[in-house]
Order: sequence, then structure tokens, then C-alpha cells
Amino acid sequence: MSAQTTHIVGSSPIRKEGVAKVLGRAQYIDDIALPNMWFGATVRSTIPRGRITSITFDPAIPWHEFTIVTAADVPGENTIVHIAKDHLCLASTHVNHPNEPILLLAHPDRAVLPAAVAAVHITYDPLPAVFTIDQAEAPDAPAIWGDPDAPEKNLFKSYLMRSGNESQLDAIFAAADHIVTGEYRTGAQEQLYIENNGIIAEYSATHGVTVRGAMQCPFYVVHALQLVFNLPAEQCRVIQTETGGAFGGKEDFPSVIAAHAALLAMKSGHPVKICYDRAEDLAATTKRHPSRTRIRTAVSKDGKLLGGDIAFCLDGGAYLTLSATVLSRGTIHAAGPYRWPALRVSGKAYATNLPPHGAFRGFGAPQSIFATERHMDRIAHALGITPEDVRRRNLLAPGDRTATGQLVPQSGPDTVDMQHLLTRALTESDYHAKQARFQKENPTSPIKRGIGFATFFHGSGFTGSGERRLNSLVEIELTPTGQPQILVSSTEFGQGTNTILCQIAAETLHLPYDFILIAQPDTKHVPNSGPTVASRTAMIVGKLVERAAQSLVQSLITSGHLPHHYSADDFRHAALAYLAQHGPLKASVRYQSPGDIVWDDDNYKGEAYPAYAWAVYVAEVAVDTTTYAATCTNFYALQEVGKVLHPILAAGQIEGGVAQGIGFALYEKCVWQQGHMANNQMTNYIMPTSADLPPIHVAFEEIPSIHGPFGAKGIGELPMDGPAPAILNAIEDATRIPFNEIPLLPEDIFQRMTANGHTSGDPCVPEATA
Amino acid sequence: MRSNVLQYDLTAPATLEAVLEILAYEPGEYTLIAGGTEIMVALAAGRLAAKKLVSINHLQELRFIAVTPEAITIGSGTTFTDLRKHPVIQSDFPLLKQAASWTGSIANQNRATLGGNIVNASPAADTPPALLACEATLTLVSKRGTRTMPYTDFHLGYKKTALAPDELLHSIHIKRNLNGYIPYTRKVGTRNAQAISKVALAALCLTAEGVVKDIRIGAASLQDRPARLTATEQALLNQPITPATIAAARAALLTETHPIDDIRSTAQYRAHVAANLLEEFLLSL
Ligand SMILES: Cc1cc2nc3c(=O)[nH]c(=O)nc-3n(C[C@H](O)[C@H](O)[C@H](O)COP(=O)(O)OP(=O)(O)OC[C@H]3O[C@@H](n4cnc5c(N)ncnc54)[C@H](O)[C@@H]3O)c2cc1C
Repeated sequence: MSAQTTHIVGSSPIRKEGVAKVLGRAQYIDDIALPNMWFGATVRSTIPRGRITSITFDPAIPWHEFTIVTAADVPGENTIVHIAKDHLCLASTHVNHPNEPILLLAHPDRAVLPAAVAAVHITYDPLPAVFTIDQAEAPDAPAIWGDPDAPEKNLFKSYLMRSGNESQLDAIFAAADHIVTGEYRTGAQEQLYIENNGIIAEYSATHGVTVRGAMQCPFYVVHALQLVFNLPAEQCRVIQTETGGAFGGKEDFPSVIAAHAALLAMKSGHPVKICYDRAEDLAATTKRHPSRTRIRTAVSKDGKLLGGDIAFCLDGGAYLTLSATVLSRGTIHAAGPYRWPALRVSGKAYATNLPPHGAFRGFGAPQSIFATERHMDRIAHALGITPEDVRRRNLLAPGDRTATGQLVPQSGPDTVDMQHLLTRALTESDYHAKQARFQKENPTSPIKRGIGFATFFHGSGFTGSGERRLNSLVEIELTPTGQPQILVSSTEFGQGTNTILCQIAAETLHLPYDFILIAQPDTKHVPNSGPTVASRTAMIVGKLVERAAQSLVQSLITSGHLPHHYSADDFRHAALAYLAQHGPLKASVRYQSPGDIVWDDDNYKGEAYPAYAWAVYVAEVAVDTTTYAATCTNFYALQEVGKVLHPILAAGQIEGGVAQGIGFALYEKCVWQQGHMANNQMTNYIMPTSADLPPIHVAFEEIPSIHGPFGAKGIGELPMDGPAPAILNAIEDATRIPFNEIPLLPEDIFQRMTANGHTSGDPCVPEATA
Repeated sequence: MRSNVLQYDLTAPATLEAVLEILAYEPGEYTLIAGGTEIMVALAAGRLAAKKLVSINHLQELRFIAVTPEAITIGSGTTFTDLRKHPVIQSDFPLLKQAASWTGSIANQNRATLGGNIVNASPAADTPPALLACEATLTLVSKRGTRTMPYTDFHLGYKKTALAPDELLHSIHIKRNLNGYIPYTRKVGTRNAQAISKVALAALCLTAEGVVKDIRIGAASLQDRPARLTATEQALLNQPITPATIAAARAALLTETHPIDDIRSTAQYRAHVAANLLEEFLLSL
């Protein structure tokens, strides 16, 4: 191979689609119009649960101009398949959450649709509903999902993870120096991608369904369409268009809107576009699962974890959708990066009459990590030792095993030194000096300052045997111009997929970055490289791109067209010669499970993930006792990620994730009224602006993983995990009040401070812990 | 866009006189649109009942800031950016400058007008507390003629004003007699930018030898309209700033505020924080 002096992996080339975005040339779905296209809209339920008793159409509307689709028009199964088939494409007899789709309308003039939607009058016979985990699990709860006689009502899914001497837990608790218990809650959170969900669908009797739009996982949409239309995969073509953010919010939901647009296209005989506005997107599409975690720990007097019993519960909304897999990741991550001699984690996902909750950056892990990291501080306060000491005595070290039994290698690739990461993060944030200074200044200041941190890890790739089941395929072909073109279904939605995959191919092929092409995901042309989720693209798909590139170059060398040492020109000439002589060349590689990855799905034991990324995040806060507002004033994010493929994109991922984490902790609250999101506008769903965010200091360490290209692991979800617990730990440091529920708004702080007899300026009294 | 724009009429007469003519011809039929930062939000959300709009956005006659040694007169079409940049607003009316800088975002401030903020009459709007504290007077015009009124008399109830259907807010007049007054203003919003007030105060106080000689407190989100806190002012007038005075002022404030629970905050929080803001101000005197 040619001697390359500079490395493209590890540098920050301009993003593949960046120029088009900056110049406004990028075409998002609502920029695209097809000839004779109509527009679609959705008539939705207005109550959380009930039987539909009548549907009437206001005669003031010229209905003959419209196409109207009901469940009766579904040619295949009336379901949007994810893990199960309980999620209806269109409700017909009953509704199970507010804003559930019942009817679809299409018309050539977009402007007449809102009035038409409002002119469809639906009456109901209401049924009792539940809106929280507590209500769903109550013995006298109405059975809103599944078997009403099941021993546990409204239960979507449960897991039981047993680790170490789990069977001895009772004895361990009986003998322990301390038992520390706590309950922690997190709220729903909206992904708030800039571009709302949108799809254009076409239908033809000969070619089937063609759908284009904003999405993360084109083959999920293919799968859903196959069932709704009873068509083979070849007749369900899905094209991803430029996607303006996703964060998990375009993982499962595009299947719904794609099926709707396609049903209208089939019935109307026109291409049909459905693009939600912000209010509809907020009210009707998925959010992060609300959670409740109860933790009971047995601890020695020097702060060692002896045993743990964790009950992790999620509110899944009205249908199962992805709740089982969100629950699985949350259950595993509840253990945190700690040594547990004995641990039981029970995970349960419940049905409620809220719109289905779905994927969102972190996928269950931010919820359980919030609980565990708050609880570690709780243990420290209960024992009168420092949060640092509790971590230091329990952090996983090389040679230890995670709660699922996965070995942290003694040395070399995939090992980690969490003690060092903790030391570095606390040093760089000047943690000890700041904590001492705040403690000195707080008593006389109306602004209470504090500093806190979280230590955590996040598994890269699908959980357990997931990657083996996905069986991903990646291809690189030669274009007629002799350039390598990557073919994957992994999508770009702002996070940098196109750029890093091209960097990996360029580095492997020893070719300039600009020479590498990547095709727009179109299921007619690209193989299924799996969904773009789970921090798997850089590590899993990136590794496949590396292998495909090696295979491509091998074919050119073996065929005699390419010397072992070559320049970009040599490559192009060889490629053109190969194409002329042999026709098209496409290198394909399929995922191969590394031999040492073993996962037992039934017992939740083994290698839960090929690799973990590890992190220590430190937050500083200021709590204003005049307004009771907590602000994050400074943030340090240190993480070990294997290899930083693109430093600017990587730092951007971390900064953006931290910002989203701050929103999760202190600002973003879904106000539910009878299951309807009452604040479904950006004016009232308060995400932090740049004026609310602190300086975010990002630092990386790199211990290469054997599983990823050039050692890379996933980083996309990691920054969502740490901010919320670090911030709440800092708030406890500032106020001495343990807040254990997020979002934590000024009104909540006000209630606690005034209920405890505090008024502005008063020092706070610690609440008893344990 | 949840409205069908084809159902709306928009006219943009060349002069103020022509606008008044239209308002007089069919009083109440037409709705004015200035910067449109309220109207367009309502239009997009499908809740703009008014179907006939008259644009005044382009009328330079309404976009001016006239300064004399005694007073400043601000045309209703003046934008928040205009206000922020004006040297006399900066020097003499820090409360107004601050309120203008809090409104929405820069993009919003480039379009949004002072007149629109006043006439829209939201109890949470940012400039009314400052204008109340400055004791502004308003000039209203119609084909029938011109009248002026103290701004304190303008808000009659929730989103109800003294503006007649054929009238337009022409300008806002403020005396430059605030020398020696200590200003205080604080907005407690849902976040630091693009935020609607949960509670806000704008106040001016004149003291002599530790005693309050004059105090004017304007408030947002504490009543159904922007309001002067007159009972609180009375509790402070001619009083020294002592813990007892502060306690009395806090108590008076709670008697005259009637905040609400809504999706942004709670009544309890609003009332208590308003009292805290007042205390913060009094302790700074
Ligand atoms: C993103 C965003 C953020 C915002 N943030 C804030 C904020 O932080 N604080 C705040 O207070 N407001 C905020 N607003 C609201 C709005 O920007 C202000 O109320 C602004 O001052 C309205 O002025 P305008 O010229 O745009 O009004 P328009 O929308 O044109 O009109 C508003 C109302 O006033 C009437 N009107 C306008 N001019 C006159 C006149 N001369 N005479 C009689 N009637 C008239 C109109 O008929 C209409 O009823 C925000 C709005 C948006 C869209």
C-alpha cells in the first residue's frame, strides 16, 4: 500500500453534506414536491381511552374533494410492527391514548386541511385510564393493555438480572453495616429535532409503495409497510431524505407516518405528503420513557457495596413499540460501572394511556444511570464519607467483571482505568478547591453554589445478541468514474455518519477523503446495515466499512490491476481498468460476531455489549434563593471512547448531548393533562437556549477497542447519561437538599425550600438520608 | 400553518390618515398588524379570529423617537432594537432598555414594536412594568381626533384595553424627571432568552435620608393585566427601610397580587418570588 503521511481518521475534514446544508441546497422532505402531489392530515383522538361511538362529517366541508382513509382501507394488517403488533396503524373501535390516529384525509390544497380535520366529529364512550407507573401497577388499576387476568396488570415486559451472590441478598442485607434506600424519578422528554416528522409516499399497482422522508432506519419502515400493505420487501421502497435531527425520535415513528401517507397515496392515486407542524409533532409522537427507580443497597461502613436490589420501571405509553429494548438497556445500565458482589435488578415496563414513548438518545440508560448516580451520593451522605470515596471503593477495575459478568481486560485494548479518569476529571475541574470555596461562601450568599459529578459507562451497539440478529451487511462499490462508493442504510441526521464512514474508508484505502462517495440510503440500492441507533454506527458499521474497503482493495490487487503501493491516480486507473474488463465491482461484508462475545438472553449474563465507553462528568451549579432557579454554570465532560474519529464532530456530539442532558435535568417538562401534552409548543416546552448553557469543557481519552474501526467505540448517547445526576448531585452539594426527581424546576425547589421553613437567604438544613 | 391564508385580507395603506379612515369606516372590523410577532403566531396556530388585517408595519410616521430636554416621545411603531440602541433610552430609561433587551430574541426584537407589546395587553409582557414605573402617557388617535391618557388607565382587564375600535396607539410619552431614582428590574422567565415571564418587577424609588420619598412598582404576571402595585407602594411611602418595613411591604404585595396556576408556573411560586424580588430591591436601596 502507499505510504501515507497524514491520517484522515483523527482529523476533522469538512462534513460530506456540510456545503449543501450551509448553502441551503440540502433538500429536506418539506422542500420536495412531486408532480400532482396531494397533502395529508390526521384526525386524532381527543380522549385518553374509550370506545368510538360515532364519526360524523360536518356538511360545511366539500368532502367529495377529499380522500378519506379509515382502518377499513388497510389492505394488510392494521398494525405498525415494532417488536409486537399491538400498535394500530389506525384506531377503529377503541382509542388508547390522546392524539391517536383514527382517520386520514388528503386534498390537493394543503391550506384546507386543518379546517377539515376540525370538521370530523368523533364521539366516545370513555373508559378509565392510567397515566403514571404508580397508577398502572396499582392492584385496582383498570386493565388497559394485555391480559386483564395476568398476575401483574398492564405489564409490557419485565426482566430480572441476577448477578454475583444474588441468592444470598437477604443474608447480605441482614448482616450489612448500613442499608441505604432511595427512590428516583425522571420525566418524559421530547427529542426536539429541528425538522418535524415528514414523509412523501407514492403507490403504484405494479411497483408497490415508495416512501421518502426524514428517518433513522429505512429498513424498519420497509418492514412496517410490508405488513400494512401485505407486500414483499422489494415492493416497499424507502428513501431517506436529508434529515434535520432525530435523537431517536425518528427511529420508530417514521413507520407510522409512512404507512399513513402511503395509505392516502394508494386511495387517492396521488403522491401524498404528510408533514407535521411542531404542535402535532410534540403532541402525537414519541418521547423519552418516564421512569421510577427504587434502590436498596447494603453497604459496609467503609463504603463498599455489598449488595443491591434495584427496581427499575418505565412508563411505555399506550403500545409496546420499543419499550422492551429500552427497558433492557436501562436494566443493564442500572448497575453502573461498579463492582457488585450481589445484585438484583428487576426491570418492568408498564402500559399507560399516554402516546407511546419511544427511542431517545440513551435509550433507557439515562433514566437508570440518573438513579444509580444519585444513589451513590446518597450512600456517601448516609455514611458521612465523600461521593468521591464511595466511587473509588466500588469502581470497576481491570480484571473485574460487570454485573452481567463481562470481563474488564487486565490491560491492552478495551481495558479502562476509571480511577485515573476520576482523578483527571476532578483535577481538571478543580473540584476539591471549588467545593471548599462554595462551602465557605454559601452561608452568607443568596446564591448557593455546588459541584457534583457522575461516573458512568454506556454500552456501544445493540444489547446482547442484538448485533448477531441484525446480521448487518455493508457494501462498497466502484462508480463508473472509478471512485469507491459506500452503500449502507445507516443514515446521516446531523451526527456525522456520512463523514466518519468516508473517513474510515479513505484511511483504509489510503485514498483522499474527497475521493470517497457515500450513497443516499435507498432500500432499492443499499444493503441493510442495520438501524442508525444505539451508538452502533461508528463502531459496528464503521468496522464493516473498514473490512469492505479491505476486501475491495484486495479484489483490485488480486485481479492484477492495482500494485501494492499505489497513489489515488493509480487507484482510479486500476478501478476503471477493472470495470472495463470485468464489469461492476462491489465488495460486501457481513457482521461477524467476535468469537468471545457470548450473551445469554434468558439470564442476562455475558457480554452485554461488545464494548463500553466510560466517563466522568462534573457539573457546577448555582441555586438562586430569590428565584429558586438552579442553573448549571460550568461543565466538564471527560470520556474514554476508544478512538476519536473526527475531533470536531466528537466534541459537538458531547456538547450537544450535555446540553440535552441539562434540559432533561432542569428545564424540559411535559405537562400532561389527561394524557395530552398541554405544552406542545416551543414557547412552553422549555428547552434551554444558548443563554442558559454553561461553558462545556470536553476531553477524551483513547484506549482502542478491538471491535471498532481504528479502535473507535460509540459516543453519541454517552453525553446524555451523565449531566442529570451530576447536576442534581451538585444541587445537593449547594443546598444540602437531596432532590431525586427530574426535571427539577424552580417551582419544585421553591416547594422544598419553603416547606422546610426556608426563606430567601436562609442556610439550608440537611434532610436525613438513609 | 393551521390557518388558511386565503381567508384573510391584508391591506397596507400608504399613510396613517388612510389607516384611520379604514378603522373609522368599519370600526372593529379591521385588526392592525405592526411587527406581526403576535399576530403571525396566532395565524400559524389557527387561532386568529380577525380576518381583515391592516398593516402599519411600514408607516415611518409611527416609527420615531423624539427627544426634548423634558421628555421623550416614542412612536408606537418603534422596534425593540430601536429602543435598545437609542442613547437617551440607554441613559434615562434603563428599565425600558432592559425590558426591550429581554424580549424574545434579537430576530424578534428587530420586528416587534413597542405599540404591539402594549396593545396586545398580555399580563406577562415585558415593557408594561417599565412603562408603568416610568408613569408613561399614551397618545391614541382616530379619525375623530387625538386623546392622551395615563398608561395606568389603559389596561382594563385580561387582554382588555381602553383603545376604541376605531383608534390606534400613536405614541408613548415619558417625562425625563427620574433623576435620583434608583431603578430595579428583574424578569423571572422560564429560561434566559425566548422566555415568557413567570413574574417580573420594574421599580423606581427615590429616597432621602434612608426614607422612601417616592416609589413606583410595575409588575407582570401578578394580576390579569400589567399592574402598578399601589398597596405595596403605600406600605413603603415615607418609611425607612427596616426589616419591619420589608415585612409590611411583602404582606401588602401579597394582598394585591392574584397570580394564577398555569402550564408555566404556580400562583404560589409567583407570589412568593415577587415578594422576594421586592425584598431584593429594598435591600439594595
Ligand atoms: C419568538 C417570540 C418571542 C417573544 N418573546 C417575548 C418576550 O420575551 N416578551 C414579550 O413581552 N413579548 C414577547 N413576544 C411577543 C411579541 O413579540 C411582543 O408582544 C411584540 O411587542 C408585539 O409587537 P408587534 O409589533 O409584533 O405586534 P403585532 O403582532 O403586529 O400586534 C400585536 C397586537 O397589537 C395590535 N397593535 C399593534 N400595533 C398597534 C398600534 N399601533 N395601535 C393599536 N394596536 C396595535 C395588533 O392589532 C395586535 O392585536 C414574543 C413573540 C415571539 C414570536
